[in-house]
Amino acid sequence: MNSLILNNSLRFIGLVLLQVLIFNHINLFGYLNPMVYIAWILLFPIRKNKSLFLILSFLLGLSIDFFSDSGGINAAATLAIAFIRLPILKMVLRKTDFDFLLFNLRAVSFSKAFIFIVILTIIHHFIVFSLEYFSLNSFYPIISNTILTSVFTIIIIILGIILFSKKK
Amino acid sequence: MQQIIYFIRKFRYFLLFLLLEILAFTFIIQHHSYHKSKFVNSANSISGGIYNKTNSINEFFHLKTENERLIEENTALKNSLSIKNLSENQDSFKLNDSAQYGQKYEYTYAKIINNNYTNRNNTLTINKGIKQGITSDLGVINSKGIIGVTKSTSSNYTTVLSILNNNSKINVRLKNSNHFGTLVWDGKDYNILQLIDIPRQAQFKDGDTIITGGKSAIFPEGIKIGVIKNFKFENNQFQDINIQLFNDMSSIGYVQIVKNLERTEQLNLEKESLNE
Repeated sequence: MNSLILNNSLRFIGLVLLQVLIFNHINLFGYLNPMVYIAWILLFPIRKNKSLFLILSFLLGLSIDFFSDSGGINAAATLAIAFIRLPILKMVLRKTDFDFLLFNLRAVSFSKAFIFIVILTIIHHFIVFSLEYFSLNSFYPIISNTILTSVFTIIIIILGIILFSKKK
Repeated sequence: MQQIIYFIRKFRYFLLFLLLEILAFTFIIQHHSYHKSKFVNSANSISGGIYNKTNSINEFFHLKTENERLIEENTALKNSLSIKNLSENQDSFKLNDSAQYGQKYEYTYAKIINNNYTNRNNTLTINKGIKQGITSDLGVINSKGIIGVTKSTSSNYTTVLSILNNNSKINVRLKNSNHFGTLVWDGKDYNILQLIDIPRQAQFKDGDTIITGGKSAIFPEGIKIGVIKNFKFENNQFQDINIQLFNDMSSIGYVQIVKNLERTEQLNLEKESLNE
């Protein structure tokens, strides 16, 4: 239990620093920056107590906002995907009562984990870019930014999860 | 009463979600209104300190370009100094009235420790703050053009509203005539900005230089910004005037902060004449 708390706190701090110091300055093709910190949301253990998870994901988004001067954009988006994570997972896995405590993203089949990651990433990126542009006129840049950045983010998150997590 | 408690218990996660979401949106709205972004900004000691540490490593790799820029600026300054000496020598009957030599602008230097240019609304962080006399609404420039306007300050760090921001509107004019316009950014290319509100009787062509206008109380007049890249003339109006910046906004190191010492005087006077 203690190692679980330690693991998640280290992952929290590590992902925030990784995001603000490295991934915010990648600028692939001049403007693409992946938002890999949402991997924390994907990997957080699923438990019945959701309030701690919601507050922590809000804080995760807010710490990114502190570094990138974006008001509360990342906090709002991260909180939103934290809230819909469980329903999406249930929908993807098509099980109503799976083992909450023992859930591991590596344990489910790759295609299902992939769909889960893709849905949450696209929703998160769409919220971030809509709030950043905040106008209906810029519908095209919002959509193109969402899709291109999502592809980049998903590739890096999946590579990261495969490299840094133990298969059960 | 019991039903209310039951309701709260049933929807407690949703209510918590809603509460935090409202909090996030409050931060977003606060951030959009210019002077109120007090809480969420990178001018605090934690993020500022981290950026400062990493920047001192990064800085090492840009020493060469930074040196070249300094040499360029030095040469330009020496040239302008020699021109000035020449004109003073010709005009030998100048009256030395000390009141006419009042200093209008005060310059301080600072280092950019966090540079953003890929978002729609970009903000920079510099390593000087209230302790070094930085306040909000000061102009930030370097030798090749303008960078932005200071926004939030903490004791040692300051955030700068970059010209690459939806909320940035800089008063500029054409170098060869006195027609004023406004410099904005459409969010596409970080080295190309747009000029709007230019009167249609203004005459210019591709390659004309744009400089800061003297209308704002923030920037000194005549700082070179960029050249006109292309424009369209439709419906008797200038459309899409693109400005190619002299600066490369993706690599800026040291900057100067301009403090207008007569700013309050100018603003008060403008306010008075507006009230009459």
